[in-house]
Amino acid sequence: MVKKPTKATSKKTKPAKAKTKKVKASAKTEKFKATHDELMHYYREMLMIRRFEEKSGQMYGMGLIGGFCHLYIGQEAIVVGIQAGLKDGDATITGYRDHGHMLAAGIDPNAVMAELTGRATGISSGKGGSMHMFSTEKHFYGGHGIVGAQVPLGTGVAFANKYKGNDNISVIYFGDGASNQGQVFEAFNMAKLWNLPALFIIENNQYAMGTAVERATGRADLSHRGDSFAIPGKLVDGMNVLEVKAETDKAVKYIRSGKGPMILEMKTYRYRGHSMSDPAKYRTKEEVQKMRAEHDPIDQIKDRLLKSGKVTEEELKELDKELKAIVTKSADFAQASPFPEPSELYTDILIEGEA
Amino acid sequence: MSDTKILTLIEAVTAALDHEMGLDKEIVLMGEDVGKNGGVFRATDGLQQKYGDERVMDTPLAEAMIAGLSVGMAAQGMKPVPEIQFMGFVFPAFNQIATAAARMRNRTRGRLTMPITFRMPYGGGIHAPEHHSESTEALFAHIPGLRVLIPSNPTRAYGLLLASLRSPDPILFLEPKRVYRMVKHEVEMNGVALPLDKCFVDREGDDITLISWGAMMHETLLAADQLAKDGVSVEVIDVATVAPMDMETIFTSVRKTGRCVVVQEAPRAGGLGSEIAAEIAEHELMSLIAPIGRVAGYDTIMPYAKMEMQYMPSVERVVEEAQKVLKYV
Ligand SMILES: Cc1ncc(C[n+]2csc(CCOP(=O)(O)OP(=O)(O)O)c2C)c(N)n1
Ligand SMILES: [Mg+2]
Repeated sequence: MVKKPTKATSKKTKPAKAKTKKVKASAKTEKFKATHDELMHYYREMLMIRRFEEKSGQMYGMGLIGGFCHLYIGQEAIVVGIQAGLKDGDATITGYRDHGHMLAAGIDPNAVMAELTGRATGISSGKGGSMHMFSTEKHFYGGHGIVGAQVPLGTGVAFANKYKGNDNISVIYFGDGASNQGQVFEAFNMAKLWNLPALFIIENNQYAMGTAVERATGRADLSHRGDSFAIPGKLVDGMNVLEVKAETDKAVKYIRSGKGPMILEMKTYRYRGHSMSDPAKYRTKEEVQKMRAEHDPIDQIKDRLLKSGKVTEEELKELDKELKAIVTKSADFAQASPFPEPSELYTDILIEGEA
Repeated sequence: MSDTKILTLIEAVTAALDHEMGLDKEIVLMGEDVGKNGGVFRATDGLQQKYGDERVMDTPLAEAMIAGLSVGMAAQGMKPVPEIQFMGFVFPAFNQIATAAARMRNRTRGRLTMPITFRMPYGGGIHAPEHHSESTEALFAHIPGLRVLIPSNPTRAYGLLLASLRSPDPILFLEPKRVYRMVKHEVEMNGVALPLDKCFVDREGDDITLISWGAMMHETLLAADQLAKDGVSVEVIDVATVAPMDMETIFTSVRKTGRCVVVQEAPRAGGLGSEIAAEIAEHELMSLIAPIGRVAGYDTIMPYAKMEMQYMPSVERVVEEAQKVLKYV
């Protein structure tokens, strides 16, 4: 669990209803003093991802998305908090649960939705789908379907940053399950050996498909994964965007100063199934409901915003409407787009003609 | 006395595992979510409940380790059955399969055997890209010391998996996931294994031989139906045990028909179809009346969703190629 519920909340007999969510803003939050504009920005970014993912789920249900679709719902605070601590040119790489990372990096939702639905206007020309999306412009190095394989790749991106002396860092996201892959440790070792500007983010949503984190490792506090490589690590409440931002700032400062890599374990939770086809036999509905009710990253910020008196419920509703419209537009755009031409089967395999 | 059950291919896999686990305590299953969840495709459904978590083990996400561990277990006489969740995830394990499992018997001059059955779903048909859909059987068939089996239907899945579980050799057991729930067979639950080194002649005919394996057997048989309507007498061979391959059955057929088409889902270049064609050309050139035909996937990376349909060889493509070969004089 991310945080023990307070006595008051655990005494409740019924799980809180969606409308009457009572979210505790933790004292730790005060570590990062966000301005009102910053809070509004995080709120907007997180809500945008949530609405986008809800739509993706619907589109999948309607048979418009092929293969698999891994939603980011519940984990929004992580990418939003981290993105806020980066600067232009910093690189991002992640696994297949990547829609949120792309949106946070500022990539056009139309291009993402079109890709999910396999359309020619998608960011990978409709040939990659949800797992294989890239944006060189935004230094987003994918979208990878092989669990853990992105970690050495991201380390190589960090190597290039150092080699070029460009002061940029590489943010490498992977899951709790991925953290058990051997190549992750190989990457840790080299990243420290050469003090590469790599920020390793373990998105510990507590399950790898149906396997709970403690059923897959003898030491489930993953922030210690770097101990034997001399990489410092820290446990962060990944449901709290302000804490994520605060810890990102510190880590980024450390890494940019040339001290080498760092690991942040983001404790988080995915509300939906592993992918859209998940029988969810491995956890209870109550467990999910409890996380949503007590730790929701978006509700936490909403609560703060409303308490501050600087924004009204009405204004937040307007914002939600605006985001929903963007998402609906992306779905319409995708559905109105053509599928790739059959000739696309042969494009971008090797350089055509003389290299 | 044995009963029969009406099973899908995936249920036949479960049935064979269950049957053999009941007889042989050395058999253990392992893999990602194979235990508590019964596997992502449910191939091991119910087996942990029946045999316990010491024999049906959920492993961490670590394919290199899963394969390496299997080699060590087999060296002590155990019979591990690791599941690689999708064939596309086998590459971290490739090293241990290719450089340890396949060679241990030879290296120890027969002192150690490697009774490992690496089970993995493979092939297209679920609209997912790349590693979730590709057919890379040729990569493994190329490695001496490995057997590669591909059942095309429930009966063969049951019989070939039993054979595999009883074999002292390391075996890649590739399950065409498109067929998992596509057809049902009445399967005799008699514990009788099928041979590990024999092609199956599924239909006898005199005019042309169609050769395939795995999911493509379905397109191939449909193509044969269509050709039969035009009065063509078609022989159809399911290779099934793709490595080592029973060329004799194929030669015998080609000697009779003089014409053949090989159908594979994998990309064309360097695939098993090339090997079959080369063998026929080398040994049966004089029996051939027409050049050997091939229908294959394209030499490209398995595309996503709708484009998958353009990639996969269709019944029409098989019929067309067969007609071309038949017309040749
Ligand atoms: C090498 C490899 N093995 C297995 C899989 C299948 N698979 C996809 S996601 C996943 C679970 C990963 O869990 P985690 O790393 O915790 O990430 P999460 O899905 O929770 O975000 C598995 C087993 C894969 N894609 N690649
Ligand atoms: Mg996880």
